[in-house]
Amino acid sequence: MTPPSTPIAEPGAAIGYAGPLRRLGRRMRDGRTVPVLTVVLAILAIWYLAAIGMNWATETVKLERAGEAYGVPDTVAATWSAERPVLPAPHQIVVEIWNSTVGVKPSSPRSLLYHAWVTLSSTLLGFLIGTALGVLLAVGILNSRTLDKSLMPWIIASQTIPILAIAPMVIVVLNSVGVTGLLPKAIISTYLSFFPVAVGMVKGLRSPDAMLIDLMHTYSATRRQTLVKLRWPASMPFLFTSMKVAVAAALVGAIVGELPTGAVAGLGARLLAGSYYGQTIQIWSALVAAAIMAGVLVWLIGLGEKASLKRMGARP
Amino acid sequence: MSVARNGAGPGPGAIALTGGLAAMAAIAALSLLGVDQRGPLLILAILAFWAASWRLTVSLAAIEPRGRAGRVALQVLIPIVFGVSLLFLWELVVRALQVPIVLLPAPSDIGVRIANSLPILWVDFVQTFLKAVVAGYVIGCASGFAVAVLVDRSSFLKRGLLPVGNLVSALPIVGVAPIMVMWFGFDWPSKAAVVVVMTFFPMLVNTVAGLSAAGAMERDLMRTYAAGPWQSLLKLRLPAAMPFIFNALKINSTLALIGAIVAEFFGTPIVGMGFRISAEIGRMNTDMVWAEIAVAALAGSLTYGILSVIERITTFWHPSYRKG
Repeated sequence: MTPPSTPIAEPGAAIGYAGPLRRLGRRMRDGRTVPVLTVVLAILAIWYLAAIGMNWATETVKLERAGEAYGVPDTVAATWSAERPVLPAPHQIVVEIWNSTVGVKPSSPRSLLYHAWVTLSSTLLGFLIGTALGVLLAVGILNSRTLDKSLMPWIIASQTIPILAIAPMVIVVLNSVGVTGLLPKAIISTYLSFFPVAVGMVKGLRSPDAMLIDLMHTYSATRRQTLVKLRWPASMPFLFTSMKVAVAAALVGAIVGELPTGAVAGLGARLLAGSYYGQTIQIWSALVAAAIMAGVLVWLIGLGEKASLKRMGARP
Repeated sequence: MSVARNGAGPGPGAIALTGGLAAMAAIAALSLLGVDQRGPLLILAILAFWAASWRLTVSLAAIEPRGRAGRVALQVLIPIVFGVSLLFLWELVVRALQVPIVLLPAPSDIGVRIANSLPILWVDFVQTFLKAVVAGYVIGCASGFAVAVLVDRSSFLKRGLLPVGNLVSALPIVGVAPIMVMWFGFDWPSKAAVVVVMTFFPMLVNTVAGLSAAGAMERDLMRTYAAGPWQSLLKLRLPAAMPFIFNALKINSTLALIGAIVAEFFGTPIVGMGFRISAEIGRMNTDMVWAEIAVAALAGSLTYGILSVIERITTFWHPSYRKG
């Protein structure tokens, strides 16, 4: 029996029996897992080689100074275990992350979890407010011709300017009037996540075609009913797509918002402190932590997307 | 508003009247600024100005012009009227309530500051935009494009790189700034390096997606012409990928400016837009910060505009540009 997934029309498909191993091989070849793993492994390999190359000069100097005889393997080992390498090897970063998450109490300022939470909390707060405001404004623009014609061009234009440059000013000005801590960073995250959601939702709320809107009209549905029963469900894919963009932007905003206050707490502060003291491993581990956080946030929104679209009967 | 939607819109007389009202309220508010500081009359004049200018925007938005030229002109005019009245309102409120300049400078203060410090702004612009952004943008986009064209030949690599590229595009790449500053020094090459890293992946992902945008029918046609892979790439798939590539170029133009400015927060010689922003905010010179932001906004939107024009010229065949 040929399984239905095996292409019968392929040249040579009828020759020989596609056994389970062969089938597994084909699935691995055609799927995404093996290629992605290969690419990741290649990146790691290049990284290790680059670590040798970039740390070579400083490490040979150190070994020279130690005065003992050394060979090439010693130098390679040294480049992968330097204390302040130019480029730390991946395992050094993993060890650092492990030590600073599991090794210390989560409440201590030396813990990466503590800093990650500081950043995450302002990211999430800002993201939620920004998304809510973006959706509200999109509904407003949908219902007001004036807003659509006057405000919408500015919102679109604002996507082309580096709004993030305002971040230090927002922080410092709010600090000077006594607003400190979570809120200023959350405000930056709010306005960074606000614009993509507003633009995406205006598109999404307008996505149902004229036929469906006419149908709602023949049902003598009110504007409100059309919004709730047709436009809102139709805009869900747009909402989730723009939320993915927005949460990534909100995270960047929170990280940048931690810079001007002078490295108090948060992943941005870890980056800045690391660059002050030349602690490359600390910089990289903060960077990896931020990357993991971004990946997880986007993944969670993707899960929500799948769940809600499935409930609404959309085909994946 | 609802009446206007059904009809042809308000007449020119009504628009002139609301416009005149807005102007009068503005003049009244301006002349009251010195006399009735924080007083009820001034507040009243400001409220009247806002009401009249909002009415003006509303009535302008309700017009339904017949010709294409009129529609385009109105599309430009309404946001400008709205923006200018918003700026004016900002000016009035800041000056009427005497908001300290540290909190929020009035637009006129920012304008004066821009006019007075043009040389500094220009030097910063050269350092950040003309050196770091342009160099990084060109290298990042070109290498992303080149890698995408190479990867395109192998379906294995494509399937492997695309998810990784998509993931990396969502990461806070600006964070590599301190590392790049360590590797490439304080001057603009380190900022350009940040820009390269930031722009590479969006270009890669978009180009790879774009190269598979050509339809199966057209590809078959190229095969019947016995076109080689490079011929079909040059004559069919690259032109079909153009909208995607321009999308990446546009996204990257904003990303590049952000990357260069943020990278300067981590260490820079004493010149550059990001340096100026962080230095002047330290001295509480918010008007200078706003001036730099205005320059950055202008540079960003001009770049975007130029890219859009080039896109229209190159992808004139695309359905979204067809007249009708």
